[in-house]
Amino acid sequence: MTSLLTCKEFLGWLNEYLDETAAAEIRSLVESHISTCPNCWVIHDTTKKTLQVYKGMEPQLLPPEIHNRILSLLEKAALEKRAAQSD
Amino acid sequence: MPQPEAPQPEAPQLEAASPADETTLVHQAKAGDLAAFSELVTRYEGKVFRLTRHILNSREDAEDVTQEAFLKAFTHLDGFQENSRFYTWVVRIAVNESLMRLRKSGRRPMVSLDEPVDTGEDEMVRELAVWDETPEQKYSQEELRAILDQAVDSLGPIYRAVFLLRDVDELSTEETANALDLSIPAVKSRLLRARLQLREILTQHFKRKGDDILAYL
Repeated sequence: MTSLLTCKEFLGWLNEYLDETAAAEIRSLVESHISTCPNCWVIHDTTKKTLQVYKGMEPQLLPPEIHNRILSLLEKAALEKRAAQSD
Repeated sequence: MPQPEAPQPEAPQLEAASPADETTLVHQAKAGDLAAFSELVTRYEGKVFRLTRHILNSREDAEDVTQEAFLKAFTHLDGFQENSRFYTWVVRIAVNESLMRLRKSGRRPMVSLDEPVDTGEDEMVRELAVWDETPEQKYSQEELRAILDQAVDSLGPIYRAVFLLRDVDELSTEETANALDLSIPAVKSRLLRARLQLREILTQHFKRKGDDILAYL
């Protein structure tokens, strides 16, 4: 492996770097690249922030009437299942 | 002489107070405990609804598909081999139901999560503006949610599901691949493209005013 990354190679390692699954040698190559390439520093920083804003996103609530409908359909399905087993 | 009762160790008390784990609930549900299955529904319905709403781009269709997915899971629970998490299994059912619905409606007859991805990295990065330190604080919760939802909806369907499962639900690459019936390299390439596309879209909202990359050269 070469000692320096190109911008294209940096993009290829970006996922692993952000997910902290990259090996120490790769982390060090990525860090050295972004410390000398302003464009890639911005890509790294803004992609990291993209993930941060989405990570705090709460799941949408299913409307209560749909939740209740699912539970009542499950009750019906459970009764049918039991009836089929006892036949 | 009766011995004083030994103090109860703390660990079991903590364990009893914690919610039942997924595997226990699945085993109870398989044994016929409807309350256990209802707990699984309550635990995951919001995530399944979010995913299907983004795949289908329709609230009503997503409500129907969420319902169908849990009913199907209940009906076929005995066939669930537990090689994966229950949530991954339900997601797989929900995604298949969603794609089937899209095909039937004719809205996206060719939709497939497995369609080839253009990995032209050169086209993936156009916006190079620096963001505010805490961009989300410029917006109310509702405004921020609308911006984030619109950005995800603007991705191609093949990228939406991968991004939501991997980066919002925080499933592993392997779990995402399993839920979507994709290979691990396919998940990785879709995820990179989804992340970079979202970065591009959000930059238009979050970039520092009057600032651009030239200031850093």
